[in-house]
Amino acid sequence: MSREQKLSPEEIVDSFTKEFSGKITDTKVERHKIGPSKLEMIHIWMTVDRSVYKDAVKHLMTIDEETHFAVGSGYDIEDRIEIINHFSIYFGKKGEEISINFKIPLPKSDPVMDSICDLIPGALISEQEKQEMLGIKVKNIPKDMRVFISDDFPEDMYPWRKDEMNADKMGRNLHEHDKIPAAKVPEKKEDEE
Amino acid sequence: MPAEATEKSTYKIPIGPIHPALKEPVMFEFEVDGERIVDADVYLGHVHRTIEWTGMRRNPVQVLYLAERICGICSYCHPMSFALAVERIAGIEVPERAEYLRVVQAELERICSHTLWAGVAAHEIGFDSVLFLTWQVREKALDLTEYLTGNRVTKAITQIGGVRRDITKDMVPKIEETMGFLKDNFGKLKKIFLDDKTFKMRSQNVGVLTKEDALKLCAVGPTGRASGVKKDVRIDQPYFAFSELDFDYVTPDVLTGEVNGDVYDRIIVRLLEVKQSIDLIEQCVDILSGMPEGDIVAEPKIAKLLNQLKKAEGDGIGRMEAPRGEVIHYVKMDGHEHPYSWKVRAPTYNNILPWIPMLKGEQIADIPIVAASTDPCMSCTNRVGIVQDGNRKMYSGEDLHELSVQKTRRLMQ
Repeated sequence: MSREQKLSPEEIVDSFTKEFSGKITDTKVERHKIGPSKLEMIHIWMTVDRSVYKDAVKHLMTIDEETHFAVGSGYDIEDRIEIINHFSIYFGKKGEEISINFKIPLPKSDPVMDSICDLIPGALISEQEKQEMLGIKVKNIPKDMRVFISDDFPEDMYPWRKDEMNADKMGRNLHEHDKIPAAKVPEKKEDEE
Repeated sequence: MPAEATEKSTYKIPIGPIHPALKEPVMFEFEVDGERIVDADVYLGHVHRTIEWTGMRRNPVQVLYLAERICGICSYCHPMSFALAVERIAGIEVPERAEYLRVVQAELERICSHTLWAGVAAHEIGFDSVLFLTWQVREKALDLTEYLTGNRVTKAITQIGGVRRDITKDMVPKIEETMGFLKDNFGKLKKIFLDDKTFKMRSQNVGVLTKEDALKLCAVGPTGRASGVKKDVRIDQPYFAFSELDFDYVTPDVLTGEVNGDVYDRIIVRLLEVKQSIDLIEQCVDILSGMPEGDIVAEPKIAKLLNQLKKAEGDGIGRMEAPRGEVIHYVKMDGHEHPYSWKVRAPTYNNILPWIPMLKGEQIADIPIVAASTDPCMSCTNRVGIVQDGNRKMYSGEDLHELSVQKTRRLMQ
């Protein structure tokens, strides 16, 4: 499909549900009325099973070869972590852009999803960020290292998590500065000095 | 001499985390062969301030003021994108007058940001008289910001459902006067930046980002548009009152008829966008002057607004075209006082990876202008360590700047 033959939001949702039967659920087309002339702004939301996530992105790229990956966001809720990856398609003409949001639920016991960096290399920083902030594992990520959090931050703490793996105890206020235990430094042996 | 000793001719130089060409601490590691950059790598996160973590413990109105402090230059875009996301979740309708007022503030911020950037770009190549000239022009735009909002940097003008201050009829002459001043000086700046020999030498065919790379690496804003990617949220998915206004994508071919994706093209895009912003503000002020006075916010009582937001549930995204590109905020509300989740994506986040193809093949002296050409967030001086044959040699920020200035002088001889 080329950019000349644009699909309507409903046709986009249909093509996804047909292509990945049963793996795409909770589809929703939001039409927000914007500005004085009440122009429609279209946001599509769909829950994508992680087994077809990468194929879904590939499918999106057949709908628009210039698919733009904006960013991924996410949170943990109950026994799962939900990653939401925001894409936009059909930009370049007035009012025709559509925002596509894929919600990918991952179980906390095995929070693994596929990397899309081979399709869209610009997704790297977002995937690295989700790994360190939420404790998920992105399979085949090209650069498996921390991006925003420093390397000396504890490994089993994830700042965006709301469960027992959160990093709240790392939060500090200046007036409490003295109360924060000093970082563990290996004791020097006398003969090393 | 053994063969291995002569084979390895490249060495690595780290730049950052703090450096004069970078607004936010970012660290680069360059592999260089003599003066030429062979490969580049980027490391981020030296100033992660856990803004999102803090925001998830504040109510939406408090988050506005927190979001305003994400960036000093985009202190309007961030709270406004958050407000857009929350308005969509709670179904709040913004009064028509406020939609135009929001455009005025957004475009005024773009003028301040682009002129600030133009001054920095001039400084990076050692043309400091242009830095002072550009910032003198910017000062007028800042004065107008202060006149309209009460503040010069953190404007505190955003409110969920509208804006906090109106533009009354008696304020219009001051806006017209400032716009007139900016237009008068625009021609002068355009001539210096686009026709001056020094600028052309340092910016043409330097730091090239192809359209393919821009698309693949998800470049946004002027960085993407200078490479020919027609992407501007104001037009693609109009918000505020942008759908009512007459303007188009700014790509370098508008002026030169071709797209090269180099530093020069990025200068063209930003300069033309200043002109476009002046025009948009004038269009809005005309409409606002002809409009009867009315509400500028959907719910003026904060307690009532917070009560309404406390009941809101759902996901929402707010997108805006900030001066540097698309800002996107994701918010999830679950019927509590605080947002359940909040994710902020500033344009620099996406414009970091395009640095790598831009810098490959360039010289060390080009690093400041190429890095500055995407308009990343700015920070203070620091040192660059060059590791050569296991010996560490330190270059200060001034040294690197001096290298850039020397290159300009060399080219002029």
